[in-house]
Amino acid sequence: MIVPLEHILIFGALLFAIGIYGTLVRRNIVGILISIELILNAVNVNLIAFSRTAILDPVMGQVFVIFVITLAATAATVGLAIVLALYRIRRTIYADEINLLKW
Amino acid sequence: MDQMFVNLKKALLDSLAPFLPMEGVAFVSVVVSISAIAVFGPFTMMYLTWFERKLVGRIQNRIGPNRVGIFGLLQPIADGIKMLTKEDIVPTGADRVVHFLAPVVVVIPALLVFSVIPFGRNMVAVDLNVGLIFFIAVSATTTIAIFMGSWASRNKFSLLGGMRTVAQLVSYEVPMILSLVPAVLAAGSLSTVDIVEAQGGWNGLKWFVFTPWGLVAFFLFYLCGVAECNRTPFDIPEAESEIVAGFHTEYSGMKFALWYMAEFMNVFTVSALTATLYLGGYQGPLLPSWAWFMIKTYALVFVMMWFRGTLPRLRVDQLMGLAWKFLLPLALINILVTSAWYFIPGLALRLAVSIAILGASFWGLVTLNRPFVPEKRIYEFAE
Amino acid sequence: MTLEIFAKISVYSVLALSLVAALGVVLFPSIFHAALCLVGALVGVAILYIALHAEFIAVVQILLYVGAVMTLVIFAIMLTHRIGDQTIPQANKQSLPALLSLACFVGLLGSLFLKTKWPVGPAHTEPVSAFVLGKALLGEYVFPFEVVSVILIAGLIGAVVIARKD
Repeated sequence: MIVPLEHILIFGALLFAIGIYGTLVRRNIVGILISIELILNAVNVNLIAFSRTAILDPVMGQVFVIFVITLAATAATVGLAIVLALYRIRRTIYADEINLLKW
Repeated sequence: MDQMFVNLKKALLDSLAPFLPMEGVAFVSVVVSISAIAVFGPFTMMYLTWFERKLVGRIQNRIGPNRVGIFGLLQPIADGIKMLTKEDIVPTGADRVVHFLAPVVVVIPALLVFSVIPFGRNMVAVDLNVGLIFFIAVSATTTIAIFMGSWASRNKFSLLGGMRTVAQLVSYEVPMILSLVPAVLAAGSLSTVDIVEAQGGWNGLKWFVFTPWGLVAFFLFYLCGVAECNRTPFDIPEAESEIVAGFHTEYSGMKFALWYMAEFMNVFTVSALTATLYLGGYQGPLLPSWAWFMIKTYALVFVMMWFRGTLPRLRVDQLMGLAWKFLLPLALINILVTSAWYFIPGLALRLAVSIAILGASFWGLVTLNRPFVPEKRIYEFAE
Repeated sequence: MTLEIFAKISVYSVLALSLVAALGVVLFPSIFHAALCLVGALVGVAILYIALHAEFIAVVQILLYVGAVMTLVIFAIMLTHRIGDQTIPQANKQSLPALLSLACFVGLLGSLFLKTKWPVGPAHTEPVSAFVLGKALLGEYVFPFEVVSVILIAGLIGAVVIARKD
């Protein structure tokens, strides 16, 4: 391994934290969705890092990564379809302006 | 003769070997491959523009450029000097950084895919074992550059042109990838070199295009490749008569030259990949392998330019309809027929079954996609 | 020896650039610039996969994420863009608590990572080819594979129905 395992895990943790910060802080819904993509990528980085160094079969980690990428793409698709429908009806894409169901 | 370039490179490395440590030799080897591609790519693009102008001129019953040098051979150099010396206009209110980066980002994939094309026996820059998916993945990043270019120009026509272009590119990627699958199935590997080697039987003439599924897949892949390069008849993105110049309206000078260069390099690489996958790459009986490769690739480039001179362009809904309703089902049925080819015993039975299935599905899809012609209205004047 | 140092420097710089791009994703006020930074971060992660000898996954990541998901995201941005967005603050009032709690979280995780003795073996470096992955997907993992196919079809139909203009 060119880079020791701990450094890759710290990189994954930082990417995860940046993704969560974006999800919590962004007002634009598309911004929240792209921060979620960052979170899923951090998870993939961890999976691949372990698939190469743990005693188990490297194929297992990579099959999991394929599934995570697929599901992330599906989640992004459905999320963006909802954003488009919302924009058409309410003409806004800011998460704090969509408050009809709030108390 | 066949290994001329390989031996040249080996001689160069051997002459440098006493002076450098071991990693130095590996580094110089990589640098030599990269410089060969970096010189060959833009040089090809320049002379492809000359070839196109002469050919389209002759199709239109006129001589192409013939003033600058004999037969106009120095015309591309004159064009290059003109583009370098033009004023670089950036619209006010445009996003300067993204406007600057978009033509740079589009040339990167166009050059990167040269590295997995086998130009001759042992003459591939990098023999990746996922070479084919690398080609597709890197070509798919062109859409991001087109978005950047159309957004940064801050122009409604550019935005519309950019979105139509990306819709076209993304729609034609799907049948393109599906029509690659038969070649991968037949060769058993994703590496471009292995696919060419699998077409080596019959003294170098056992190309995949001579089988029914190979012929259909060849046409599918070539048509989708023409659409990916935004060439006529699929050139809504750059139609001068439709939306000014689409996503590269606001670009002038060197930036326009970069867009143009990326388009012509795409033309070359798509033709080269079609030749590699279905026409046997560098395999052929008598000539050296790189000569066969160049002949096949330039024949396909000639056909692309012939399309440009002859065919009108498709309307945008006809274009999308063609990709999703005709090419995609045909590509899926083709994969089925390819697998059937390898499991049915006996040559006559195989040929009969594949031609029957492919013919029936082609006829069925053409019938289903007939344009809807409403019945003529009859006007009656009140008397 | 120098090749190894060169490789280490390149991988560390790719990691650093990916982190800078990820910061750009969450901090840029203009959503289009944030999407472009996400493209940069995804390409950086793909390069990291190549350094970890997972070439097939790297190429699939570029094909799916950069080629398809980002195209979709940028389409959505272009269709829902309001001119004059730059002046509206793009961060809600939770930025400081989020920052503090995430800093503690990363600190905790980082110290955990550096202290644990990971049960690692020598790195396997034989390439995992598409053939091996295909056999695993259709052999041992065929059930999740079929479920993901159903999810993809459901997602496709659902997205078309939700976003349809009627």
